[in-house]
Amino acid sequence: MVTGKGGTGKTTVAAALALGLAAGGHRILLVEVEGRQGLAQLFDTPPLPYVETRLAASQGGEVIGLAVDPEAAMLEYLELFYSIKRGGSVLRKMGAVDFVTTIAPGLRDVLLTGKAKEAVTRKVGGRPVFDAVVLDAPPTGRITQFLQATHEVADLAKFGPIHKQSVGVSTLLHSPQTVIHLVTLLEEMPVQETLDAAAELRAADYRIGRVIVNRARPVLVEAGLLHEGSVDEQTLARGLTQAGLQSGVAVGLATALATEVNEYSQRQAVEAEADDQLAAAGLPIVRLPELSPPVDVGGLFELAGALEPREWQYPPNGVRS
Amino acid sequence: MTAAKPRRRAPVFDVDQLLKDPEIKVIVTCGSGGVGKTTTAAALALRAAEQGRKVVVLTIDPARRLAQALGLTELDNTPRPVRGLDAAQSGKLQAMMLDMKRTFDEVVSAHTTPDKAEQVFANPFYQSLSASFAGTQEYMAMEKLSQLRSQLVAEGEWDLIVVDTPPSRSALDFLDVRMIRLLTAPARAGGKAYLKVVTASFNIFGKVLTRILGNDLLGNVSSFVASLETMFGGFRERADQTYELLKGSDTAFVVVSSPEPDALREASFFVERLQHEQMPLAGVLMNRLRGAAAGLSAEGAGAALERLAELADDSPASLLAQAALRVHVESVRAAAHDRAMIARFAAAHPDVPQRSIPALPTDVHDLVGLRAVGDSLADG
Repeated sequence: MVTGKGGTGKTTVAAALALGLAAGGHRILLVEVEGRQGLAQLFDTPPLPYVETRLAASQGGEVIGLAVDPEAAMLEYLELFYSIKRGGSVLRKMGAVDFVTTIAPGLRDVLLTGKAKEAVTRKVGGRPVFDAVVLDAPPTGRITQFLQATHEVADLAKFGPIHKQSVGVSTLLHSPQTVIHLVTLLEEMPVQETLDAAAELRAADYRIGRVIVNRARPVLVEAGLLHEGSVDEQTLARGLTQAGLQSGVAVGLATALATEVNEYSQRQAVEAEADDQLAAAGLPIVRLPELSPPVDVGGLFELAGALEPREWQYPPNGVRS
Repeated sequence: MTAAKPRRRAPVFDVDQLLKDPEIKVIVTCGSGGVGKTTTAAALALRAAEQGRKVVVLTIDPARRLAQALGLTELDNTPRPVRGLDAAQSGKLQAMMLDMKRTFDEVVSAHTTPDKAEQVFANPFYQSLSASFAGTQEYMAMEKLSQLRSQLVAEGEWDLIVVDTPPSRSALDFLDVRMIRLLTAPARAGGKAYLKVVTASFNIFGKVLTRILGNDLLGNVSSFVASLETMFGGFRERADQTYELLKGSDTAFVVVSSPEPDALREASFFVERLQHEQMPLAGVLMNRLRGAAAGLSAEGAGAALERLAELADDSPASLLAQAALRVHVESVRAAAHDRAMIARFAAAHPDVPQRSIPALPTDVHDLVGLRAVGDSLADG
C-alpha cells in the first residue's frame, strides 16, 4: 500500500515502487482506486479500463496496471461468487449498486481492498500470478479508515458472504504480507500527517514499510558559510569577483544572490527539522531526489533505481522472505 | 523576488477587484491537496477584511499552526473572531472549522422530531455514514455554507463568506449531486423508491440480497432510509437552493493550484467542470511559484562556478560564492520548470484569468504571513 498526503507524489512513488519490484523477472500488479487515471498519465497510455493492462517491462519483469472501478468490482464480485450476472444488472437498475458503492463507503472500500486480495491470492497452476501487488491507496488522511473499513463492514454485516469476505480481507491487511508505505515531502504539513497516520496505523496494528521522502532538496548551503544564519554580502561579492565578474556587477549580483541563498537555507532548515521529526519517530526513511523535467517513464525507472525496494527488509517477517 | 509571469498571455486575475466587489457574497476555493488551498482561502479572507469587508472564512482541516493563527483551537462549527487585524478599515474577520459529524447531526435535527432524530443517531448505519461517507464532507461544507448564507442575509453580520472545499475532485460533487440524487430519489418517486428497493429485494431478490449483504445490514439500511424519509424533502430543497446560490452572480469560484503536473491536472479538471456547469469561475491562483532573484543565467552561473573551481581557493569568499552560484543554478532550473508548467496550463485554458503567488521559504503560521500572501496577490 502506498499512501501520502495530496501533492506528495504518491502515485509516482507507487509506480516507481512497482517498477523496482518487477526488476529481476517479477510480475507486479499496480492498482489505482481513486478513478483519477494517474497511472495512465504517468505511463503515457490511454485511460486504463477495468482490465489488467501491461504498463511496462522492467529488467525481465513486468508491471501490469489496473484501475479499479468500485461499481464494476461489485458486479464482478456478484458474478464471481453468485453467478448472478443478470441479477447484477437488475440490481444496478434498481439503484442498489449505486447505493452500495456510493452511499456505503465502507462497502466500497472493502470491494477495493477485496480486489487487491483477489489479485494477491490468485493462482494459476498452483503458482501465484503476481509476485506483489502495489496499491496506490487513498491519501494519508483517509488511509486508516480505508483499511479499517473491513472491520466496520464485518460489524455491520454480522454474517453472510460480505461478512466472511471482510474478515478475509482484514486478515490479509493485518498480516506480514501487507505493508504500508508513507510518501511525504519534507514540509510541515505532510510530515505532520505522516506522523499522525503512522501512529494511527500502528495503533490499528498495521505494518509500516518505509517513509519515502520525495523530492528531497540537496544540501547546498553549509551552515558554516553563513554569518549568524545569513549571507554576508561583502564576502559574497568578493567571491564573485574572484569568479571573474566585474566588481560593480558582483556587488549588485551579491544582493540578489544573498536573497536566494537565505531563502534556500531557510528551506533547508525547515527540511532538516522535518527530517529530525521523522527520524525521532523511529520510522525507516528512504529519500528520492527531485527530478527535472517532470517525471516521465524514464524518470520512473530512475526513481525505481533510487528506491531499490527489493533490498528492503521488513521485520519481523518481510513481504517476501 | 521577481514573480515569473506566464509566457502566454492569459488574462490577469484581478484579485483585489474581486475582493472589493460588494456584489460578491461568496468565494469558494477549490483545488487538489497540498497546493496551499486553505492558506490561500485564509489570505483572501484576511485581505478582504482588511479592505473593509465583514468576512467569515469556513475552513476544512487547516494545518494546526494556521488554525492557531486564526484563533481556532477546536472543531466547533462556530465562527470565532480573528484577532490582530489591521484596524485602519472597519472590516472584520471570523473563522471556523467544519465539524462534519456535527453538521450532519444538525441537519437531521432541523428536519425531524427529537424522537426520530434520536432513532437516526442510534442507527449504526447512520453512524458509519456520517463519519466516513466520502461525499459527506463536500455535502456538509455546502450545507454549512447555506446556513451561513441565510445568516448573512438575515442578520447582516457578514457581507462575504469564503469557503474552502475538501481537497478532492469530489469537492464539486454537489454539482452533479450524485449523493443528493440518491438521497432524494424517494421524494421523487413518491417517497418510496428506496423502501421499494429494499422491500422488493426481499420479495424478488430477497434471498440473493440477504445472502450478499447479510440480514442485519439490510435491516439497518432499511430502517435508516425509512427514518430519514421525512427529511429527504428538506435535503433536496436545500441542495437545490445551494446549487442555485452557487450559480448566482454573487458567487465566485477560485481554483488554486501549484505548478506541479498532478496539481495542474486537478486544476484543469476543476476549471472544465465549473465551465461545463456554467458556474462563476473568477480565476486560477498558481501558488508556490518558484523564482530566481538574480538575473544571471544558468550558463553564466555555471561558467563562474567553473572558474572558481579552477582557482581551487578555499577562502570563505570563494566557498560562499560557489554555494550561492549552485543555489542560483537550482533556482533558475526550478523557476524555468514552474514557468513551463504554467505556460502549458495557460495554453490549455487561454480564457481563464490567472495569477501567480511566489513560493515562500517557510509555511505560513500567522497573520503576518497571510498578509504577505495577500499582498503578493495584488502586486504586478
